[in-house]
Amino acid sequence: MTDEIRFEHISMEFPGVLANDDISLSIRDGEVFALVGENGAGKSTLMNILYGINTPTAGELYVRGEKVTTFSPKAAIDRGIGMVHQHFMLVPSFTVAQNIVLGREPKNAGVLFDNRKAEKLTRELVEEYGLEVDPSAEIRDISVGLQQRVEILKTLYRGADILILDEPTAVLTPQETDELFEVIRRIVREKQMTVIIITHKLNEVMAISDRVGVMRQGKLIGVEETKNVNEKILASMMVGRPVLFDHLEKAGEPGEVAIKVDDLYVADNRGLPAVRGVSLEVKKGEVLGIAAIEGNGQSELLEAITGLRKINRGTVAVCGRDATNHTPGEIRDMGLSHVPEDRLSTGVDKLASVADNLLVGRQKEKRFNLLGFHQRRSTVERYAEELYRKFDIRGAGIHTEVGSMSGGNMQKVVVAREFTFDTPVLVISQPTRGVDIGAMEFFHTRIIEKRNEGAAILLSSADLDEVFRLSDRIITLYEGKITGEFSANAITKEEIGFYMTGSRKEGEA
Amino acid sequence: MNNHNVWATVFSAGTFAQMLRSATPVALAALGGLMTEHAGIMNIGMDGMILMGAFVAAVASYFCASAAMGVLAAVAFGILIGLFFALFTVKLKSDEFIIGCALNTFALGVTAYLSREIFGLSGTSGYLVPCLPDVTIPLINKIPFVGEVLSGHSVFVYITWILVVLMWLFVYRTPVGFWIRASGESPETLRTAGKNPERMKWIASILCGVFCGLAGAHLSLGYLNGSFVEGMSASRGYIAFACVIFAAANPPKAYLAALMFGFFDALGLRLQDYISSDLTGTIPYLITIVMMVYVVVSGQKRRERLARQQLKKIETP
Repeated sequence: MTDEIRFEHISMEFPGVLANDDISLSIRDGEVFALVGENGAGKSTLMNILYGINTPTAGELYVRGEKVTTFSPKAAIDRGIGMVHQHFMLVPSFTVAQNIVLGREPKNAGVLFDNRKAEKLTRELVEEYGLEVDPSAEIRDISVGLQQRVEILKTLYRGADILILDEPTAVLTPQETDELFEVIRRIVREKQMTVIIITHKLNEVMAISDRVGVMRQGKLIGVEETKNVNEKILASMMVGRPVLFDHLEKAGEPGEVAIKVDDLYVADNRGLPAVRGVSLEVKKGEVLGIAAIEGNGQSELLEAITGLRKINRGTVAVCGRDATNHTPGEIRDMGLSHVPEDRLSTGVDKLASVADNLLVGRQKEKRFNLLGFHQRRSTVERYAEELYRKFDIRGAGIHTEVGSMSGGNMQKVVVAREFTFDTPVLVISQPTRGVDIGAMEFFHTRIIEKRNEGAAILLSSADLDEVFRLSDRIITLYEGKITGEFSANAITKEEIGFYMTGSRKEGEA
Repeated sequence: MNNHNVWATVFSAGTFAQMLRSATPVALAALGGLMTEHAGIMNIGMDGMILMGAFVAAVASYFCASAAMGVLAAVAFGILIGLFFALFTVKLKSDEFIIGCALNTFALGVTAYLSREIFGLSGTSGYLVPCLPDVTIPLINKIPFVGEVLSGHSVFVYITWILVVLMWLFVYRTPVGFWIRASGESPETLRTAGKNPERMKWIASILCGVFCGLAGAHLSLGYLNGSFVEGMSASRGYIAFACVIFAAANPPKAYLAALMFGFFDALGLRLQDYISSDLTGTIPYLITIVMMVYVVVSGQKRRERLARQQLKKIETP
């Protein structure tokens, strides 16, 4: 086998950050190479160098033995490199065919865009690679899984024989993931393509790759033949210490109902119905997990329960009191804390200090102020210091601007604040999105601690593994309706996938 | 005066001819505005661009004694102002709204000052400037009513028709048009396709400058038969912007929107004989507001309809 791509002592420095530190790596012709690492480990940066988006600050890159001198996507495309980004690079109002040919349009009379030819070329690609998709459909009308196919077809149209996939399964159902892997295997086998897949899901590394490279804090820690490693070894390579995903000890029996949602209807930002007749109950001392593909109403459901979104029909009760269309403040007073989905927009005040962010919601407490006017700064700081230590927040102290912290630490600030309210009800959304494995472990332990103390927890996460690990019961949502309810140990991830895509459990409404 | 006469005046050929005249400067500017709109730049500086274009055209025409030179100068100036606008909004990433406001305010001040310097205290050029020719369309001008409406206008009325078609082809039927639209809707997509979205924004901005320059040239050299008046753009830049939004940046639709504005402007002029001109003068602006309300309400309606359709789709498996 020959080396298709060779990184030699590549470094990439952004202002204040060394994203890639002296990386030397060879990728072979016709292999599936997995690049794993925590968020911020520098995987995407390295691949962006290969795709010409970043120009390395030091080192050399060779593609098929030729040294790369000009770094631009155009030059990379000419070298046969294609990249499917984590956030799809598609123009929503263009059709599938128009997106595929973008930048290299077929023309008639040398000037005008030839739409018919574009669709014909697309159909040829669809047939050649077996990636079924309608060339004349507009991107905004098709599913995420299909959009990803369009992305892959786009790179194939541009003549790619090296394909980079950045976190390709993050938005896919288990079934769609299987289909994607089938496609990858086929193009590697039949078209002799080289595929590099960036991921942090270790089971996928084991399932699809020939070799795997592990990155940590900008450095390449090691490259292994996949068959010689297992998930545990990879996880400890990623984190730099042994990671023990031990069984989380769950104790106690569920108590009384703490969240009761009855026949709820909620609209999304566009006014479309997002939640359509959802009823559920969460008891004290249990975790109810919501498994759903993004955009199936889970965000709107949690926002409605926490008072952030208008309820059109139905009722919500928190701890036995009616919370329907009450303000977030009133609902919090009923005994609910909320770790919101998007910490940047609703979880923290980015410009405020860690201390101030920890104080939010408690500023009226007597111990923090004098007669409601003067803030007792020293008490606030002592309180913040305490939480800072207890929740293992790592940064430059309690006066750090929260916006300058890493995602994991920012999330720790949110969790520290919300969990110290000690409310009987917790609504938690995406607790570990963009958070590294070490911090993930920490959050999971905390959540189960709360559960064992008797809190009623409603959890929503895009990470199916997380839902399985933490939940006692799981409900699946599809297009705003509950499609099934399961005991977490009575169902597999694959089965859940069917309900997440609209199949309905027998006997369910 | 009896009612019959009012209606006869209001819906006379003269009104429709005036509609075409009034619509033209707005339509020209809208053609420019839809380019920046597609490229994702909010451009409220068009009014200033038109005003300066009108002034430059008048001055060039005055000194060169040639209307064609006036148009040429306005186009050259349009390129410059487009470059200037792109420099701030694209390259230096300043706030588009502020730059647009600054451009409008600056245009008012600088044209007033310079026109007094050049044309004397009144601030208008009078009719000293060579103006653009009117065009009589053979055969059509013989047809009663239709001939009166369509024939005999300043040359830019007809050039605009051609430009509308060309711009439609450019935006929706050429690769560069696709790239400009992609640069506004999803710039990173275009970048990964190997095209530079910033370059597309520069192109859109320059085109916008050129069209606003033409709108200005038409205003001073065609519409007003060769005279510059202070503040003569009279908010046409804003109305053009409204037309762009109303038409979802589609050239023929933007032209229709401009025609609608033109019609009510003409109506206002006709009704001056019956109602106070201060009042009739507000009609086009009122219509603009109505148009914007329509855009919002119809958008809402469309979303609701989509919602219902989607619901149906879900409910009937």
